[in-house]
Amino acid sequence: MAKQATRKKTGKRTTKRTVARAAAAAPRSAASKKRDERTVGKITEMTEGIVRAGLAHRDPFLDIPTRASSNVKYNKSRKILEMGSAKQRRNLFNLGQSKKFMQMLLVASGCKELCEQGKTLSLRGMYYRKLHTIPGTKEKTFAGQDDSDAVLEDLEVTADALREELHVFAKKRGTMVGNITVVDNGDEIDCRHMGSGGYAIPSIVEPETIRFKKCEAEFVLHVEKDTVWSRFNEDRFWETHNCILTEGSGQPTRGVRRLLHRLNKELGLPIYCLLDCDPWGHYIYSVIKQGSISLAFESKRMAVPDAKFLGIQACDHDRCGLTDDVQIELSQRDVVRAKQIAAYPWFQDKKRWQKEIKQMLRNGFKMEVEALISKDISYVTEVYVPERLAAHDWLD
Amino acid sequence: MTTLFAPPPARISTRETPPADGPPEATQHEPDAMPEAQTPKKPTRRRATAESMAKKQRDISVSEFFAKNRHLLGFDNPRKAMLTTVKEAVDNALDACEEAGILADLFIGIEELAETRFRLTVRDNGPGIVRKQIDNIFGKLLYGSKFHRLKMSRGQQGIGISAAGMYGLMTTGKPVLIISKTGKRKPAHEVLLKIDTRKNRPVIVAEAEHPEDDQLFAEGHGTQIVIEFEGRYNKGRQSVDEYLEQTAIANPHTRIIYDPPVGDRVEFPRAVDELPPETKEIKPHPKGIELGTLITMLERTRATKLGGFLKDDFCRVGPRVAAEITKKAGLTPQSFVSRVGHVEAEKLYKAIQDTRIMAPPTDCLAPIGTKTLLAGLLKEVKAEFYAASSRSPTVYRGNPFLIEVGIAYGGDLPADKSAKVMRFANRVPLLYQQSGCAAFKSVVETAWRGYGLTQPRGALPVAPLVVVIHMASVWVPFTSESKEAVADYDEIRKEMRLALQECGRKLATYVRRRQRMKREGERRAAFERYIGEIAKACHDITGTDPAALYEALQKTATRRTAETDQLLDEEGKVISNGNGRLDHDDSVVIRDDLASPINGTDSGDGRDETLFGETRRAVWKKTKKKVRKKVKKKVTKKLRQNR
Repeated sequence: MAKQATRKKTGKRTTKRTVARAAAAAPRSAASKKRDERTVGKITEMTEGIVRAGLAHRDPFLDIPTRASSNVKYNKSRKILEMGSAKQRRNLFNLGQSKKFMQMLLVASGCKELCEQGKTLSLRGMYYRKLHTIPGTKEKTFAGQDDSDAVLEDLEVTADALREELHVFAKKRGTMVGNITVVDNGDEIDCRHMGSGGYAIPSIVEPETIRFKKCEAEFVLHVEKDTVWSRFNEDRFWETHNCILTEGSGQPTRGVRRLLHRLNKELGLPIYCLLDCDPWGHYIYSVIKQGSISLAFESKRMAVPDAKFLGIQACDHDRCGLTDDVQIELSQRDVVRAKQIAAYPWFQDKKRWQKEIKQMLRNGFKMEVEALISKDISYVTEVYVPERLAAHDWLD
Repeated sequence: MTTLFAPPPARISTRETPPADGPPEATQHEPDAMPEAQTPKKPTRRRATAESMAKKQRDISVSEFFAKNRHLLGFDNPRKAMLTTVKEAVDNALDACEEAGILADLFIGIEELAETRFRLTVRDNGPGIVRKQIDNIFGKLLYGSKFHRLKMSRGQQGIGISAAGMYGLMTTGKPVLIISKTGKRKPAHEVLLKIDTRKNRPVIVAEAEHPEDDQLFAEGHGTQIVIEFEGRYNKGRQSVDEYLEQTAIANPHTRIIYDPPVGDRVEFPRAVDELPPETKEIKPHPKGIELGTLITMLERTRATKLGGFLKDDFCRVGPRVAAEITKKAGLTPQSFVSRVGHVEAEKLYKAIQDTRIMAPPTDCLAPIGTKTLLAGLLKEVKAEFYAASSRSPTVYRGNPFLIEVGIAYGGDLPADKSAKVMRFANRVPLLYQQSGCAAFKSVVETAWRGYGLTQPRGALPVAPLVVVIHMASVWVPFTSESKEAVADYDEIRKEMRLALQECGRKLATYVRRRQRMKREGERRAAFERYIGEIAKACHDITGTDPAALYEALQKTATRRTAETDQLLDEEGKVISNGNGRLDHDDSVVIRDDLASPINGTDSGDGRDETLFGETRRAVWKKTKKKVRKKVKKKVTKKLRQNR
């Protein structure tokens, strides 16, 4: 039934796909220029507030939306995490905040520079761009890249401009292969011919950069790790099942999540996740589905509320007849985390998930996807996943 | 025993060997003696007979005893001998001036004659000494006016100066030269004398009256003593220089001119023109004497009746108390003193202990006084914070005493070294045996950590701190004749601790204020560090004039940090200016000019002080005045909100 529903959706979305293509086909420079102007406007507006306060001898401050679980709300109707309205005031004249305050303005000026020149920098590039010793002291503007990364996230929420809009990208992580052709910065890439390495998903996957040209796939299978993904690729799973195969190297980056979101929203493809049976695997699923707590402000453009959790499920040990050797004992931390996850509001009213977590805790062990390989090298690609898909046996 | 006949040094009189000395000596030598005893051959002839020994047994004079045991008086080594000689001469001069009510004006000169030979000249403007007394005062040990009375003075026994002369004579063979003039119209006597060590008697070598000596004494009276002796001159700890420096602190009414053997003349100016109050002589307090003393007093008293004896020879004993004591002892005030034997004396002694007697009068003590002590410290120690406290008189073993403490903190004092403790007894600096002294122990046992200083366990605090402890008493309990350390009586330790704590609390207030100011300074420095960057970044983004923004932010930063600093006092509640409560405290002096500048640039060492047009301190002071009025109202409101 669910499969039918997704099919329907696919049909509905095809019109949108052409629209997206048309938009991307228009002169890109004009669109991105306009966007950059908007971003610069936001940064300038934020800074002007500070300048006004400063010149009027008032305390300059920045109101930064709080990025913590306390300020995250689960929107039941949209089924995504949304950031609340709570804000944290960052004062220049507060000893604990003044340095961050300064760093934020530094990064803001760096981003403005990038927008004006139409260039992009990596997070590390931005760190180096704004790293210098404060005149007259021995203190550096940043103690390390972590400083500038955190400040950039603050800037994103404060100026209400996304990282992509600020012309900053992260290290790429994650791979894709399958029945799809994309145009990446003008280069046409046929993801059927990517060899054993696959297409590396870039950090920025906005329509301005990546355009879906042709897609024949019917669904997306997202696996947790590179190793499992290689197994699927070697068995050419995407060919036999007509799908797209992605991988996020653990917790997927924003680029991977944004791509999954676009594949789901623009092409109407259902997303199935094959993750480990442990609290971390569960949380990866949660992030893909609802969005993450620290980046809750981006959920609406990243979350895939109808992503499905294919496995590994706690019952699979008995169901697939796995040996005891593949069990990994749950640590104290795992137990605590599992209980934490079970208590999240977006898990709370899902009986199957509650049962699943309870079962895992009762088992007392966790399992990796690779555990299935102990049965047969291609068990996971030839038996496990096709069976689950055919039986519609997944957790939602 | 006979063969082991020990040389007499340890005993003042050999006629009566103290029984305590017998056994230890015997046991000590027994191992040697035993083998002889075990081989009894034919009886050997006795080496000495009682008669032959009796011929050798004779009196030894005090001078002979101390000549052999000069370490007891502080002449252990050349270095210490130098200090002791100067000390005895200076103490005597100061005592004489004070007793006569003269503001002392001292000259001390030390000439180096050879490598280890020095000539000391000490001249005072005291009352002078009449010709007849010169011989005995300088040529006889244990001769003086101070031993038989209970009065606060520097000297006590009457050994000091004559011992110094004797030491000089022994080491160089040179007699002591004394010149004294008692009045404008009186002649100046010049006496060259030496001590006959065997007889403890002065021997006049020469005497004269030189009219040219009158020029030595501008005021028409005074005494000069010249001693040649063997010694060694050092600077630094336990030196003559240090002694005089500390003397100047405890005696700010004294002017001292000092010509050291090397280097230029040093002058310790007079800081106060007031003499210390004259001290009264008191009689012993009944509770302060021991049984032996009581018996001696009974033998010597002029009173015939017991009641009269108690009333006249002791303080704080009236007819009622006398009656109570005698009644408890099973006697009456009418009992004849001559009839009181050993048994009765013991009963009397016990009765005294059981009777409540008023504490001795305290007008016999002349404290330096907090103000004078501060004046002395201010003059000699370059610090930024000074505090002093004076306890009210108390009693130990029947002797009234009083403790005063002064502290100096910060300024030029070394911050990474242990605090310096200056100990004084009746205004005399004590330089030796620091660790054995009650004063030192009380400083160590005070918890300075609670006052914001660092203090290793069981040691002095490590801080830019000088602690002055003065004990004034009619009888300072020294641990030895050389007067180097105060004995450790519980009452004394307690008083010292309380006085130290009083000063410590004041210091803590100041230290905390400084720390807070430093924190403020750090805050400001941190803000200032970032303001430049912010102005530049804002300029990059909005094109604002960076200089204008910088200046505006700078002003806000200064105001922000000054506000919090100015308007909270150490308890964080009262709006104050300057140093809060300490400003109104008479026993505290703060020298802002010596206070270390407040710049909390921990990371910004190479920072240019004039980066902002004027030095930070100048900015600080300016804001203080300007902002105080304006901000006062605003911030009280703010504070109320914050709380």
